[in-house]
Amino acid sequence: MIETENLTRKFGELTAVENLTLKVDEGEVFGFLGPNAAGKTTTIRMLCCLIAKTSGNARIANLNVDNPQDCLEIRKIVGVLPENVGLYDSLSAYKNLDFYGKLYEVSPQRRQENIKRLLSLLGIWEKRDDLVGTFSKGTKQKIAIARALIHDPKLLFLDEPTANLDPEASKTVRDFILDLKREKRTIFINTHNLDEAERLCDRIGILKTKLLTIGAPGSLERDVQTRKTVVHLQRVDDQIIAAAKKLRVVKDARTVDNKIVLDVDDPERDNPEIIRALIEAGGNIQFVTELRSTLEDVYLKMIRETGAS
Amino acid sequence: MRFWKAWIVTTKDFSVFRKNKYIFYSIIAMPLMFGLVFPVAMLMSLPADTPTEVVTLILNMLNMYFAIIASILPTVIASYSFVGEKVEKSLEPLFATPTTDGELLFGKSLAAFLPCMLATYIGAAVYVTIVNSWSYLNMGVLLLPNLTFAMIIGLVAPLACILSVEGNVIVSSRVSDVRAAQQIGSLIVLPIILVLVLGSTLEFIPTDQLALILAGAMAIAVVVLFFLAKATFRREEILTKWK
Repeated sequence: MIETENLTRKFGELTAVENLTLKVDEGEVFGFLGPNAAGKTTTIRMLCCLIAKTSGNARIANLNVDNPQDCLEIRKIVGVLPENVGLYDSLSAYKNLDFYGKLYEVSPQRRQENIKRLLSLLGIWEKRDDLVGTFSKGTKQKIAIARALIHDPKLLFLDEPTANLDPEASKTVRDFILDLKREKRTIFINTHNLDEAERLCDRIGILKTKLLTIGAPGSLERDVQTRKTVVHLQRVDDQIIAAAKKLRVVKDARTVDNKIVLDVDDPERDNPEIIRALIEAGGNIQFVTELRSTLEDVYLKMIRETGAS
Repeated sequence: MRFWKAWIVTTKDFSVFRKNKYIFYSIIAMPLMFGLVFPVAMLMSLPADTPTEVVTLILNMLNMYFAIIASILPTVIASYSFVGEKVEKSLEPLFATPTTDGELLFGKSLAAFLPCMLATYIGAAVYVTIVNSWSYLNMGVLLLPNLTFAMIIGLVAPLACILSVEGNVIVSSRVSDVRAAQQIGSLIVLPIILVLVLGSTLEFIPTDQLALILAGAMAIAVVVLFFLAKATFRREEILTKWK
């Protein structure tokens, strides 16, 4: 559905996106993670034909973002939720959606049905005739999402869909995106929210001008992971620490309160040996747990490594 | 260009303008002043036995004011066209729709042109009613509409309005603040007003011929400015450089 090859965008001397090569399949939910000014919004804008690329190639559903005629076709099959909702405050929710439905060339009957369906799903059908200017941020965001879907697009670009929303509104929006995922729509999400990315996305790319890494959330976590075994003891002393450090399978050991955190390659294989050694050293083990890497660890590692280099 | 698409943009702008009291009252005030207050003040100051030729000459000068109104009013509305969208941050979703630059520009221009001309014509209708009431009571004749008036209202005023709309839409797509758009937009209108005022004082040219000359010059300017508006309208610049 989305294919880019060495996609690059420069603003004067500043490179916003550099050599981005990416493929997003139909029905996939893809998340772009990255700090501010990483080039996430610029990427979406290039893919939606809102701004031109400097070099490289990008295709949406086999249509070229370079070609003005293709761009009109791309805009018909793409729905966009920009960072700023950009609704008309002096118009009602219904009129806002009706206006965009007309511009997307949706027939009057389908427009009416879609507006009712979307506003009902988002729980704001009752407010359809109220002026948008009177709504909270969360409600405006919901209307903007409905606007992005008014023409039943195959591909949806969501730029920070839950930014600045309270937890309840964020949950509604996230649940709605999950519903869209079940409908097998292709969704491209820009987000700062790691938890959201992990919950919603099939694959995640970390961008900081360049694409730093890409993969399924689980595989990314495994890639950076040094698996850790955490042994909870009644009391930790030097003899126990020394016994742990002496083991060949333990790469590193440190204490946190009454716990020993051990870096190991394969806990399933190594834990029995570790437990035996600690008991022999006089340790009273309460329980053993595993500390797994999170997407946050992956993200921070990638961003810091880029910063350092 | 698909005119029905441009019309969608136009009708949306009408709905937005209707809710904006500043635009609403500005559009009403000026035509009423020129159509009601000025002719009443002028006619009240004329003796009842003023010769018809003198009254016609004065009226021909006053007629030109309707072309001036038509060129001033768009500074109020057209300055809102793109800047208003910028303020609401609605340009990005608007540009993301399958709508061409020409359709957007034409739709926005039409949204500014139609209410301005409607207000001008309402003002002109009030003016004609007052002048004819006075002339019928004092001279027993109806002085308006005459050929000069018809040419100004039918040709010069719409062209002056289009010219002003185009100029203001160009300004509106290049600045990011409504006030700045209005101020620069007002400057754009000055040459048009200057030409109209100077033209109305050239006594050696018959006024109907003058109206024709002005209309011809404006028609050329309208075409040139339309292509200039299309050439200078850059979505990317509007999106990436607004503050």
